[in-house]
Amino acid sequence: MKLTKTLAIVAMISALTLAGCSSDDEKDASLTDGSLNGASGMNDASVNGLGDGSGMNGSGMGGGGRYGNGKYGAKGANGLPPEFSDPNNPLSKRTIYFMLDSSQVQQDFVSVISAHARYLLANPSQHIVLEGNADERGSREYNIALAEQRSKTVAGMLKAQGVSESQLGIVSYGEEKPVAMGHDESSWELNRRVELAY
Amino acid sequence: MNLFKKLVLASTIGMCFAPIVNAEMSIEITEGIESAMPIAIVPFASQDAPLDVSSVVDSDLQRSGYFKTLPPPQMPAKPSTAEAINFPDWQAARQNYVVIGRVIPNGGQYTVEFQLYDVANGSQLLGYRMSSPANGLRAVAHHISDMIYEKLLGKKGVFSGQIAYITTTHQGTQSNHKLMVADADGANAKAIATSIEPLMSPAWSPDAKRIAYVSFEHKTASVITQTLATGQRESVAEFPGINGAPAWSPDGSKLAVTLSKDGNPDIYILDLGSRNVSKLTKNRAIDTEPAWSPDGRNIVFTSDRGGKPQLYSIPAQGGEEKRITFSGSYNARASFSPDGKYITMVHADGGNYRIGVMDVNSKAISVLTSGPLDESPSFAPNGSMVLYASRKGNTGYLSAVSIDGKMQQRLVFDSSEVREPAWSPK
Repeated sequence: MKLTKTLAIVAMISALTLAGCSSDDEKDASLTDGSLNGASGMNDASVNGLGDGSGMNGSGMGGGGRYGNGKYGAKGANGLPPEFSDPNNPLSKRTIYFMLDSSQVQQDFVSVISAHARYLLANPSQHIVLEGNADERGSREYNIALAEQRSKTVAGMLKAQGVSESQLGIVSYGEEKPVAMGHDESSWELNRRVELAY
Repeated sequence: MNLFKKLVLASTIGMCFAPIVNAEMSIEITEGIESAMPIAIVPFASQDAPLDVSSVVDSDLQRSGYFKTLPPPQMPAKPSTAEAINFPDWQAARQNYVVIGRVIPNGGQYTVEFQLYDVANGSQLLGYRMSSPANGLRAVAHHISDMIYEKLLGKKGVFSGQIAYITTTHQGTQSNHKLMVADADGANAKAIATSIEPLMSPAWSPDAKRIAYVSFEHKTASVITQTLATGQRESVAEFPGINGAPAWSPDGSKLAVTLSKDGNPDIYILDLGSRNVSKLTKNRAIDTEPAWSPDGRNIVFTSDRGGKPQLYSIPAQGGEEKRITFSGSYNARASFSPDGKYITMVHADGGNYRIGVMDVNSKAISVLTSGPLDESPSFAPNGSMVLYASRKGNTGYLSAVSIDGKMQQRLVFDSSEVREPAWSPK
């Protein structure tokens, strides 16, 4: 009986190891392929860029280059009007910051959101994406949910001022896209944010 | 007295293990590094083997925390055959066990033999012979470690398993995210998915053949399942809003996921066959991070319905939702032990996020770690350790801690960000 049990374990070990050995090459193949798009069963062609980044650029984002603009200002490339790069114009501010574990908009940012609401009302063909973010503390999926609430709060304020829902997209990146890489409050406060991505 | 029981050489095809001896022995399992068992892994006799098999075994056992291995320079001798072992020498060296072995080239393959002896009475406790191609020798070494561990501790070893984790490197303004799969000791690390957009939340299927994870490759979140052997990927959830936190049902037929398509984040059950989704939780607060109990009956999840994130439980078929954590200001991201008796979670009481383990019956939570930013805990397949991600200064790393908190080990060191480890269930 003991022997049988041991043999069973032995058989299992062999099977596992064989599977491990034989699958290595296949795994490699899907990687050196560089894209994973060769894999069968993908029912979505836009997964193509995975692995090398090609195909990610400009995929349906129109303006392109929406990263790297963010709150740091320098514009032009994405065709936004000059008031977006005038530091005295609230439209130049496109990041709303939040308190820890909160999705309430602080008073300082109400005027910024209002300025964007007015711009969107005046430009009904303009679409923006509200990208929600969180600091690194706590669990990652909870932070995804928290950051989505932040985006939805901002969206609610824009809609309350008449902006059409069709002009607004929401995505939550949780703590996955920090702008400040430190691990203290000075970085965390910059990472708890919603970016208005034109 | 079976002092020198001979190896019975069984013919082997490919890589397989041939049991030789089934000596019985009962071992008192003691916890804590201070009571680690002294064991000598004598360097195996080998001719031109491409891998030092015995040193892999040595580091596996040493790293487990349950064994204290004897460095080869301190060994009284380096026997490679049973006849050459002089047990009084090893008794004098205060060793409880000695392991010897040989790696012999055999027509393009290697034959590996090893024996484990009890130093006190010279009895052979294990003796196995196996053959392997050169690239299988590391797996052979881990299997030897597993067999020694199980023989001496009465509990399955975890050295042959794999871990999945996420790494991120930054190059200028671009980030590169990888879903990695590696041996449990961090060797043989391979990227199974790569993206310039975030990858998150890897979860092993119960048969360890697939991994579900979250990808932002379309700039929005989707839940992907990927078959390891073939690389085949399928997007199984890409609704508007959050598609996150995949957790496999114990039978592998369903995923519990977080979706916000109907407004706020709730837990849904996704049938992988029909692709039907059904809403499980219906609270207006955040409900996320589902974890299936091993018996399949209940789902534990994180909710902030009480103000702060805490763990709640609901029958997997739907029903009454009950709060299950009451100590600490923050309890999130539950994961069950394989026997269902414990839940590990991210626990905070104040500003530090640490790994807690809760006894499911008593609801008592013990805090296992001391970091400020510990996260993503999950159990080793034998339930002995909790694997988690931690951070020291600017370096992220993976750690494992025994569930009594006494033993702690750093598993992978990487200068890039490394996080969200998940130990394969087999």
